[in-house]
Amino acid sequence: MNPTANPVAADIAFEAEPASSTEVTITGPTKPTDPTDPTEPMRPAWLAVTSEPRRPDPAYAPAPAAAAGPLPTRPALSQIEARHVSAWFGAHKVLERVSLTMPPGHVTALIGPSGCGKSTFLRILNRMHELVPSAALAGEVLLDGADIYSSARKVQDARRHIGMVFQKPNPFPAMSIYNNVIAGLKLTGAKTSRDAKDEIVRRSLVSAGLWKEVKDRLREPGGGLSGGQQQRLCIARSLAVTPRVLLMDEPCSALDPTSTRVIEATMEQLRREVTIVIVTHNMQQAQRVSQQCAFFLATQGKPGVIVEYGDTDAMFAEPQDSRTFDYVNGRFG
Amino acid sequence: MTESHGLASVASADTPRPVSPGRSRGDQAFRIGAHGGGVTVLAIMTLVGLFLAIRGAEAIDTAGGSFLTTQDWEPNSGRFGIAAVLFGTLAIAAIAICVALPLALGTATYISEYAPEAIRRALIGIVDLMAAIPSVVYGLWGMFWLEGSILPVAQWISTYFGWIPIFAVPDFDPTDPLATPTVFTASAFLAGLVVAMMVAPIAASIMREVFAQAPEGEREGALALGASRWGMIRSVVYPFGVGGIVGGTMLGLGRALGETIAVYLVISPVFVIQPHILHSGTNSISSLIALKYGEASAFELSALMAAGLVLFAITMLVNFGAGIIIQRSRSGSAS
Repeated sequence: MNPTANPVAADIAFEAEPASSTEVTITGPTKPTDPTDPTEPMRPAWLAVTSEPRRPDPAYAPAPAAAAGPLPTRPALSQIEARHVSAWFGAHKVLERVSLTMPPGHVTALIGPSGCGKSTFLRILNRMHELVPSAALAGEVLLDGADIYSSARKVQDARRHIGMVFQKPNPFPAMSIYNNVIAGLKLTGAKTSRDAKDEIVRRSLVSAGLWKEVKDRLREPGGGLSGGQQQRLCIARSLAVTPRVLLMDEPCSALDPTSTRVIEATMEQLRREVTIVIVTHNMQQAQRVSQQCAFFLATQGKPGVIVEYGDTDAMFAEPQDSRTFDYVNGRFG
Repeated sequence: MTESHGLASVASADTPRPVSPGRSRGDQAFRIGAHGGGVTVLAIMTLVGLFLAIRGAEAIDTAGGSFLTTQDWEPNSGRFGIAAVLFGTLAIAAIAICVALPLALGTATYISEYAPEAIRRALIGIVDLMAAIPSVVYGLWGMFWLEGSILPVAQWISTYFGWIPIFAVPDFDPTDPLATPTVFTASAFLAGLVVAMMVAPIAASIMREVFAQAPEGEREGALALGASRWGMIRSVVYPFGVGGIVGGTMLGLGRALGETIAVYLVISPVFVIQPHILHSGTNSISSLIALKYGEASAFELSALMAAGLVLFAITMLVNFGAGIIIQRSRSGSAS
């Protein structure tokens, strides 16, 4: 079998790469300046971490202000932007002044080797990072221009507006499928009529691509579904509270290829409803699902930074940085 | 070729083949040791039950069914039964559980979900220490300090909630300025409170361990939906830990039913069913045995053995019940 034809096999091939190759590539032909040094005044032009996407998609347009009024059926697409985000676990710094704009209506993929801080970055975007007792952070995260870490805003609101799907499917196993989907409404104290709930459950499950499979057994426990179905149930659960951004932390890494394909198709549909940011280890997946891509890298003993950011196709076809080239071609990671 | 081979194996006699596990000598010795331990525990339990049944048989034969319905305790004149002490035992246990359950639930929730690391460690130690304090110490505390301090509380409850039958104290008239609060001393309420102090740490300890096992993924899932911490606890931690809550409470109940010395020290024993829990005077099976054992005649001793048998049976039922509930719950099967 040709390993590059099989995303799973290709992914394993990345993991199997000897660790020493990392050093070789890093110390190989690189730029004369160290882009990870924040004090370095000369930032190379290709390091577009704080600027707009290198090749803006024609569909890109700034998000309108958050729609007012009670629970719009189709929320306006939102933009989420990280500015100079640094993160620490205790004294260990894992992210160094990372800035990234995730445009509305796009899927932004965060790629990079293990331990480069991309999952931490994702968790900072909806304030899950601070759940770790020793965690600290600096910088701002702007949801349609408003800082979600501002002291005037409640942490629960930030998390409700910025949903998250986790690596391991985590439905509430004893709850029925129906109650799993509306769990967020109950937890946020939203008062909803029975008919409205039925409609939300149906719409969320349709959006998550699960409706056809479960419509006749909504009262059965969510724990009885297969892994891929559970993950789509989690997506439906996140969608039920009409988030403005959906974060996905390696949503397919615990799933089989068929379920992965279904979830990728679901994401393609979903990006018309919600801005999506996905962390993935799977290069093919990043290529398939995302329009924008950011490559994170943490060199030995230094916190993670974004090495390159831009249009996915361009980044995979002609990466500007040699390390990006090495990574997307499976030379390390 | 393959097909003919397949047919041949189907045609031949298909009987299970004997498989010997081939254990090593060390494994054998360990198995015998482990078996021995298990069998010994079962044998001791059976022997205790048998001993009580045989020694109590004489009294049960004499009293018959009236053993369960008579309130008096005068075995030598033939009028004796456990109705009053059984009621007292259950009343004290029920009061203890009503007080201990919220206390234990609150403590366990605080320790596992809210307390900062330093306080958490200290609290875990203190709660475990509370469970290890001998019951006679609780009894002394109840007798010398709690009894005096609780009188105004009991009086207040009876004054304002006296319309609820169990809180009524018929001898006490709140409008009488000369009314003495001594009718509130040595009540089932007081005994229940003392026992609650002993039950709560055990229950809290079990609940805390179960809460701590609530899956991180589900916790984060709830929080990521915008749940408050309390909302997360209600939707993830409590449903997961329900087996621990029920099981821990029932293990505590097992202790509350059998508690002897602490109850013996604080109550003033009476041999009537006292449905007014705030009123002075109550009794329990274990304190009856402790009270009467010293000066018992041979027949009276047999009656005490019979009472002990009833307590033994109830306690065992409660503990088995707790075990089954813990095992059947999600958290119990995971632990």
